[in-house]
Formats: sequence, C-alpha cells, structure tokens
Amino acid sequence: MEIKHLPHDKLNDLFDAIIMSDYTLVGPKEKDGVISYDPIESVDDLPQGIIDHQNPGNYALQKTESSRFFAYTISPFSWKKFLYPPTHSLFKATKNENGISFKVNKDEPKYAFIGVRGCEMTAIAIQDKVFMGGDYIDPSYKKRREQALIVGVECYNTCETCFCDSVGSGPEIPEGSDIVLTEIIEKENHYFLVRSETEKGQNILNQLNLEKADETQSMIKDAQLERVRSQLKRKVKVSGLQSKLKENPNHPRWDEVAERCLACTNCTMVCPTCFCMTVEDINDLDGNTERQRRWDSCFSSEFTYIHGGNTRSSTKAKYRQWLTHKFATWQDQFDSLGCVGCGRCITWCPPGIDITEEVAALSESPDTYHKKESSHG
Amino acid sequence: MENILKSEMGFQPTQPMLPTLFTVDSKIQETHDTWSLFLNNSNGNSLQEFSPGQFNMLYAYGVGEVPISISGNCQNQNSLVHTIRNVGMVSNALCGLNQGDQVGVRGPFGTSWPMEKFKGKDVIIVSGGIGLAPLRPAVYHILNNRDDYNHVALAYGARAPEEILYPKQIMEWRSHLDLQVRVTVDSSDQKWHGQVGVVTTLIPRLNIDPDNAVALVCGPEVMIRFGVRELIKYGLDTDQIWVSMERNMKCGIGLCGHCQLGPDFICKDGAVYNYVKAERFFKTKEL
Repeated sequence: MEIKHLPHDKLNDLFDAIIMSDYTLVGPKEKDGVISYDPIESVDDLPQGIIDHQNPGNYALQKTESSRFFAYTISPFSWKKFLYPPTHSLFKATKNENGISFKVNKDEPKYAFIGVRGCEMTAIAIQDKVFMGGDYIDPSYKKRREQALIVGVECYNTCETCFCDSVGSGPEIPEGSDIVLTEIIEKENHYFLVRSETEKGQNILNQLNLEKADETQSMIKDAQLERVRSQLKRKVKVSGLQSKLKENPNHPRWDEVAERCLACTNCTMVCPTCFCMTVEDINDLDGNTERQRRWDSCFSSEFTYIHGGNTRSSTKAKYRQWLTHKFATWQDQFDSLGCVGCGRCITWCPPGIDITEEVAALSESPDTYHKKESSHG
Repeated sequence: MENILKSEMGFQPTQPMLPTLFTVDSKIQETHDTWSLFLNNSNGNSLQEFSPGQFNMLYAYGVGEVPISISGNCQNQNSLVHTIRNVGMVSNALCGLNQGDQVGVRGPFGTSWPMEKFKGKDVIIVSGGIGLAPLRPAVYHILNNRDDYNHVALAYGARAPEEILYPKQIMEWRSHLDLQVRVTVDSSDQKWHGQVGVVTTLIPRLNIDPDNAVALVCGPEVMIRFGVRELIKYGLDTDQIWVSMERNMKCGIGLCGHCQLGPDFICKDGAVYNYVKAERFFKTKEL
C-alpha cells in the first residue's frame, strides 16, 4: 500500500472524513488523570504533548512541551470496552396473560477507533477468534467489529511495563487495521505517514488529497519503530512456556505470588483479551426484566460456584488459572497467546505483580527453584 | 463423541443467548427438594432432538438461567424432561413453576454418552444423587435398544432412602430380568432394608465382564473419583470409563469462560468425557 504524507494540520480533515462516513469517532483523551479512550470530536480533544509513566502498580501523566498528539503509550482502557462493552443487554422480556415475550436490540454503534497500537490490534484479532471464530458467534460483537473502522497509530514511546516484541504483538501494527498512521516530528516538520490497509480505509483516504511520502520519510518511520523496539525493557520467553506451565501446577512460585495477589480482578478488567462474562437479571417494578451480560473475572469470589462451593477458591488457584490461561491453555483453545504484552496488568496491579517476572520464575524448574525476595512484595 | 444435535426449531444460532419459550405441561415431585418438569414448545413446534448426557440452559423469567441435564427419553417426542434439584435461586424458581407456566430453553449443549460405541458391550452405570438424571436418557436408550447391549447394570447411591431419585422407576427397572439394579444409601434408619454404604461398594458385586465392559459415571466429583478407582480395581481400563463433569456455566456456548478446566470448556468439550481425557482434571487440586 502506498504511503502518503499527511501534514499535522490536516489530521482533522481525516477525522472529518471519518465522521462524514457516519462513524462515531473514539480516541485518546485526557480524562480523570488518565488517557482514556472516549468519543472525540476533533484533534482538539487529543492529549497533545502528554506522556504516561507506567510502572508496576503505578501510573502518572506528564504534560510536556511536545506538540505530539500521540506521545502517550497506551490507555488503561482497551478498545474492548467498545466492541465488548462492560455491560450489554442480551434481551428484554415482558410477561402478560399471553405469556413471556423477548425483545433483542440488534442495533449496534458504528465506531472508528483512532490510535490503536500494535498490541491492541493483536488483542482485537485475538478477541475476534473468541467471539467470531467458534461454533457460536456473539452477534453483538460481530456487528460492532464488522462495522468498525480501525485507525492504528504506531507507538513513539514505550512504557516501563510493556513488552509487545517478545510476545510478537508489536510494536508494528499487525494486519487487521484499516488505516495506519505514523506520527513524525523532525525539526519544524510535524506530519503523519499514512497508509490504508483495506478498501474501507482507502475509501476514507480517497476523500483527502494526500501527496505521496518520500523515501526518507519512510526510513524515519522504520527507524522510529526500531527505536521503540529497542526501548522495551520487559520480555517474556515464550518458547517452551506452554508445557512448563502445564507440567508444574504445583510450582512453589504459585504459592508465593498468591501471598501478594489481592484477587482484586484489576488485571482482568484492564486486560484487552480477557473475555469472561457473567449474566445479570434486572427487574423493574412493572414486572419487566432485562438480561445483561457483564464482564466477569476468574478472580471473582463466586466465579466457579456450583452447589457445594467454589471449585477454585484459593488465590493460588485463581492466579494459576489466569496466568496459565494467558500463556498455555489459550493456545490450545484459540491457537494464539492470550497475552499481547501491553503491560496493563502490571501497571494496574495494586501490589505491582509483574507478569513477566512471574513467568520467568515459573519457567525455572520447580526442583531447583529457591524462594527469592520479590522486589515488589 | 456423538455430534451435538442442533435443533431446527427453537434455538437460533444467530442469537445464541436468546432462549426459546417452552410451557410446563406437568411436573412431578421426585424427592423433598427435587422436581421433574415436562416441557412443550410454546409455539407448538416439534421438540428439539438431543442425545443422552446433553444439557439445556433453563431460564426462569426475571431470575436467571442454569444448566440442567436433559433427563427424559430421546425417543419420547411428547415432552422435554428436566429433573431439577432446588439448591439455589434459579433452581428454586424453576422448581416452583406450575402447569402452564413458561420457561426459556437454550440448547441442547455439550457432548453425550456415545451409546453407538457401546453396542455389544456390558454396560455399568454408576451414579450418585441427582447424577442419575443425566444418565436416565442412557438407561432409556439401552431399554429402547436392549438387544444392542450385553449385560447391563445400574449402581445407584443416594444419601438416604428418601433421597432416592425416580424410586418408582427404579422399582420398575428392577423387574427387568435383563437389568441388574443395585441401590445403596449412605445412611438410614431401620425402615430401610436395602444396602447401606457408598455406591462404590456395589461395583465388585455386579455381574459384568470387565474386559468387555464400559462404565458411565455421574455424580458428585468425589464419587466420580472413587467410582473410577473402584472400576479400575474391578478390571476396567481408563478408556472403558466415561464420566460427566460439572462446572459453573453462564452461557453453555463457550463464551462466558466460567466452566474452563485446563484447556477445556466443559460446556462444549464436555460435559461427558472419556476418562482418558478427563483424568488430568482430577490430578491437580483446584485446577
């Protein structure tokens, strides 16, 4: 796909073209002290010059003099909240003398996501397999996903907690987005390199009168990505991990991490691939009812409740389920990892449990493993 | 495993979380806390087909939805039967339904007892408590096709005499000369003249050829664990044993994540497993 040049003051023209095509524009915006993904109207809503400092159990924004629109790395929220909302109506029902009748809302919003990162595009592709790749398809997810326009923006900064390269999810944006942007500032020159990946993306770009980018600019883009890759501090050694995790359910590290884990569910709420849900019935005083789907977590206290008790009640078992699912059983189920290395679970873990550190410890043989002082305990 | 039979009527794959309405035709109280509901499709359509061991998600209006095994006869097209033990909010609402009330049904889901594979074999059915409900369709299937199977034995255990499920039917089955029926209770007063002890104690006394037998096991997990151990002691290999697993389920279609056990979603990869595949579930505590 041909790479075009988009001057920074024309970014709003791209947004307008998307809005004119009936999309609800969703993008990064500073809100409540974090970078949030929310509906935006124009480039004025973008968090210009704001960078995010993310460390285990720690998150802070910093305003800089930079005019960069996409200087931050990633939001605590993932795009999951739009494709697979935290609460969603499955059906409404009424009951009268003729019996029960159901009503399903089949209208779904048409979103354009601005600023999807490499790891996030990978996460969307992973959830596509979960919700659209099996025997049963989630109709709401499918409709939202199929009508969404995805505008990827390549990372310029990494955060301390992310590790996309080692799990193969970034920093380059993998297949699946419609338009990909690279934001470049060289001296006085602030512009985007833009390319379409799909016909849907091309139709939007056709509405803008863009010039072809020159060779040097493409080289800057490649160098920028390589710099990002080299700045990633954390990594996970994936090879051999699947069998190690499955073969060592009684590794002493599970007991140690359980001492630090609060089973608070934060990691699963911020995870862009976690898909567990529960259902809730909401009744009104007129006797009508609504059945909703709601995000759930394998750390929730009654997640495994059957008559007689929970089949996984210890924090050790819950943490083992979560981490083993991400790196081992997910591969059996969906033929991919369940982790994209976004680092959100590390940043938003109150005691700062670092999944990469846990994986490294669990990769050691349980026989030779000695209890080590955790730096975050 | 036999394929999941998807209904042509009712269940809509395009809206897999939307129940189909059924009407309670009749209900029977089975024990002090267990009822069987006989359901008919509210729109008059013919009933969905199912295989023995499969389950439906039953929805009680405004209360919730729970997985319940189908406990009726696959060949009986008059009604869809579920036997429900009142142990929670939803099962309480379901047990409280009366003739003419409506209930939402999604399914059938899950794997089934591979009855075709069992042809020509001796069949041992081991069950405890409400675990007889998902096995009853297998018993019906055998009785419907009795010549297909060799010796058949049912070993059933309940906590107390008054907890015995389908007592009249068990009496009736006992009268079949070609069906060995053994019942035991965990504890009882003097009014009970039958066997006292756990269900596993019945296994060694069955007239079955272990080399040519298959076993179908369903009940509390601890019963499965000891039942399998006893069957192996009796001479069966693990690949001759099938078990039915139970886990929390919110969807039945592999999307809610609740029923995960290792790499499996019990709702679609199970609930019925050959023990060779299920063995790993029993090896790790709180897997």
